[in-house]
Amino acid sequence: MKHFLSTETISKPDLESLLDLGDRFVEVLARPIPKVPALRGKTVAMLFFEPSTRTRMSFERAAKALSADTMSFSPGTSSLSKGESLKDTALTIKAMGADALVVRHKATGTPWRVADWTGLPVLNAGDGAHQHPTQALLDSLTIRRHFGTLDGLRIAIVGDIRHSRVARSDIWAFTTLGADVTLVAPRTLLPVDLEGWPVKTVDTIDDVLDGDVIYLLRIQTERGGASVLPSLAEYVERFGMTNERFDRLPEDSIVMHPGPMNRGVEISAAVADHPRALVEEQVANGVAVRMAVLLRLLGEEDVDV
Amino acid sequence: MPRVMDAGDVARALRRMAHEIVERNKGGDVVLVGIQTRGVPLAERLARLIGEIEGRDVPVGALDIGLYRDDLAAHPMKELAETTLPVDVGGRVVVLVDDVLYTGRTIRAALDALTDFGRPAAVQLAVLVDRGHRQLPIRPDFVGKNLPTAAHERVRVSVSEIDGTDEVAIEDAT
Repeated sequence: MKHFLSTETISKPDLESLLDLGDRFVEVLARPIPKVPALRGKTVAMLFFEPSTRTRMSFERAAKALSADTMSFSPGTSSLSKGESLKDTALTIKAMGADALVVRHKATGTPWRVADWTGLPVLNAGDGAHQHPTQALLDSLTIRRHFGTLDGLRIAIVGDIRHSRVARSDIWAFTTLGADVTLVAPRTLLPVDLEGWPVKTVDTIDDVLDGDVIYLLRIQTERGGASVLPSLAEYVERFGMTNERFDRLPEDSIVMHPGPMNRGVEISAAVADHPRALVEEQVANGVAVRMAVLLRLLGEEDVDV
Repeated sequence: MPRVMDAGDVARALRRMAHEIVERNKGGDVVLVGIQTRGVPLAERLARLIGEIEGRDVPVGALDIGLYRDDLAAHPMKELAETTLPVDVGGRVVVLVDDVLYTGRTIRAALDALTDFGRPAAVQLAVLVDRGHRQLPIRPDFVGKNLPTAAHERVRVSVSEIDGTDEVAIEDAT
């Protein structure tokens, strides 16, 4: 594996093997000294052209737990504000000795272009509303650790699908691993063209309350998500995970959310704090799967894919 | 492919090693830690044998040293096996168990890994086969069989838990 850019084309054996490695790193992170020397001497550069706290910190923690060094880049204070092109920025960071690049950008496809320009292994940490593949890995690992498998599970993804790279990545990972995925959203928040997607759609959360996993998304005001809704109250009415709806879920079902949560909108405060809401586990597993991907890309010399 | 130990030889070697471990540690409580993959079933068998001699349960763990290797780039890591330590190794005598002792690099990595879990009172090394050719200053405390080999030869240890049979054979890798 040379890059980790998208879940759309990754095979089931490759996904499962990354999740197996993720399981091992969950154990490593629970050790008295949660750090291993595997990537000593390697340098991972974080190129976050879009604000991010949790994902960037999670990648940094993952790199450091593997003993890699990290370099970080923030667009506000960089030469980008002096007009340097994205390509020059990427090549400059390569010249400083980075061995791999973690890239987030608001424009779809940027990580692919950075990979072409630099020839370095690139990890997509989110490109526009397109892909966020390590999020899909951590979600898949969280579900697999809870249920033992994704095969045959019924998973509903609820909310602003149109603006969600998390949804796009999750859909491909979950279905590749054998789950049955239903999208739940107002028409205005569904992607314009769903043709070819391996999913069903329904238009109220009440239709999926007999499922195994309810995956709630945030309304992304920064990508125009709120402007297409009549009102947040109406959204909660048809799509919110309220206390009443939570009580109707099967006993062994789980609720997930990629964070940051809008308590009282897509998820009630009480549900957010419930032990069957695995939000904190998702965050913890995020470090483990990012370690798995970093090790795969930097711990192997053979270059393919 | 000459077989140098059969199932009976392996069983006798392990029984003798179990007695040596007990004698060396004068009945003190030890924890056995097998190195993945074939060190693990051997550690489990040694623990069972020591348990029979001493009349108590002996804790057994498993250690994968893949993340601690010094040749990661030359030997790409495909999978990691499980690491489980049943007790806190801090302050205890740990007996590392592996099938073959060769360059010593695996043991060097295992010592690093173990140290991240605590500070053992002592670490001892038990191997079914010592084939020589050390590249580091490491020596075993308990040996099933000393087996002089040439560098181009391969020592293949089979254990029934994984391979369906117990035996040690020498293959020519060239």
